[in-house]
Amino acid sequence: MNSELRYAYYPGCSGLSTSKDYEISTRAVCRALGITLKEVPDWSCCGSTPAHTVDHVFSAALSARNLALVEQEGLQTVITPCPSCLTNLKVAAHRMCEESFRNEVNRHLEQACQNSIRVKSVLQVLVEDVGLQALQDRVMKPLTGLKVAPYYGCIMNRPPDIMDFDDPENPVAMDHILKALGSEVLPFPLKVECCGASYGVARKDVVMHLSGKLLSLAESLGAEAIVTACPLCQMNLDLRQDQINKTLGTSFRIPVFYYTQLMGLALGLDKEDLLLDKLTIDPEPALEKMRQAEAEARSEEV
Amino acid sequence: MDVVKLDAGYDQAFVDAVAEESGQDPYLCYQCGNCTAGCPYTFVYDLPVHQIMRLLQAGQKEKILKSRSLWLCATCESCTTRCPNEIDVARIMDVLRHMARREGHVTEKQVKQFADSFLNSVKKHGRVFEFGTLVKYITRSGRIWTDYDLGPKVMRKGKIAARPHDIKGKEEVARIFRSVFGEANDEF
Repeated sequence: MNSELRYAYYPGCSGLSTSKDYEISTRAVCRALGITLKEVPDWSCCGSTPAHTVDHVFSAALSARNLALVEQEGLQTVITPCPSCLTNLKVAAHRMCEESFRNEVNRHLEQACQNSIRVKSVLQVLVEDVGLQALQDRVMKPLTGLKVAPYYGCIMNRPPDIMDFDDPENPVAMDHILKALGSEVLPFPLKVECCGASYGVARKDVVMHLSGKLLSLAESLGAEAIVTACPLCQMNLDLRQDQINKTLGTSFRIPVFYYTQLMGLALGLDKEDLLLDKLTIDPEPALEKMRQAEAEARSEEV
Repeated sequence: MDVVKLDAGYDQAFVDAVAEESGQDPYLCYQCGNCTAGCPYTFVYDLPVHQIMRLLQAGQKEKILKSRSLWLCATCESCTTRCPNEIDVARIMDVLRHMARREGHVTEKQVKQFADSFLNSVKKHGRVFEFGTLVKYITRSGRIWTDYDLGPKVMRKGKIAARPHDIKGKEEVARIFRSVFGEANDEF
């Protein structure tokens, strides 16, 4: 394994609140795989979707403040678990390649951004820099038989020329990780279809419809769990699952993990590093079924 | 079906401004409809996205800026990813939304109130404080029953931080807001 796995780390605001489980499990998995994360000191919000829907220079300035902080740390790459942060940081960096735009952004900043930082997702680093073989070698408790639907969300890989990682229509990075962990990865045709994003509060009907479609497909494929890489997707599918059931007259009961939680399980990390108790839909029945099947398989072998 | 007379109400300055602000050439669109075919939001749009592109080519400013679709686009990037002519359609939608906002056309009031409440929180704390954002939104929109059913779940599991995480540089962040939008702006 490469000993130089050291990155600036941008957690994102939801990691301090509604996606604390993603944040804690991401850090734990990185630690277990020898990745050093140096949190960006005094990082601020990237502005997420609201900022870019108001003004593009403003949105880039909120991101660029953080990129400038990374530059001061003397690191070349910043990584983040959150696709929304990732998009904002990457779009800002992409647009700032144009000098006039960069100058305009810097007019609003106290510390100018040179735009010298590379932005990547934690997922990208796990696949490219750690590698699937190294990951597989570390698996202590394989997730044998667990049928999972990998759901990437809409912006992890799109638009492709800016995100520059994996396939924009059929991403496979998470599929490969989940396979390396021993689980059975189902082909999930809606893996990049939008879940309704941040409309859960202002236009709940939109999320009910779009996330409902995702849950419905996952169920019809026989998925025992959905696996996400995005705090907003996870919240819509998990926390709002009962709202969806009430609205659509369905009775979905599908646990929705962050992929880092499943990695942590397979790597044999402590319970405190996974925070599975934060999930609204109890994942225990699915995990128990997996364990039982494995125990049976083992007894047959003997 | 609405009939739009292409020679009536054609606003060249509007088309030029959209092209300039988005860095895209709207005339590259040949109406294949791929954007609409992939758009998950068409079911709530008043104008599907390919029609917005066509109306843009026809310089129909009013019709576009008063569209609800602008406020319901989630920037999921399907249209941009699938446009055969490599038009960044989502960026055009973003720019149209900027214009609608500047000109006071708010057709999905709650969507704007939510975005404003979010940004208000960033301005105040440097990082978004989710619980505070929700409270602010409820105060602004008067929708007191929003997600009340999630309360017990969220509280029982400690899923949302009860206190903001103010950063040291929060004033610096607030200055970005003031520098871009002016001292007098009270939207956020």
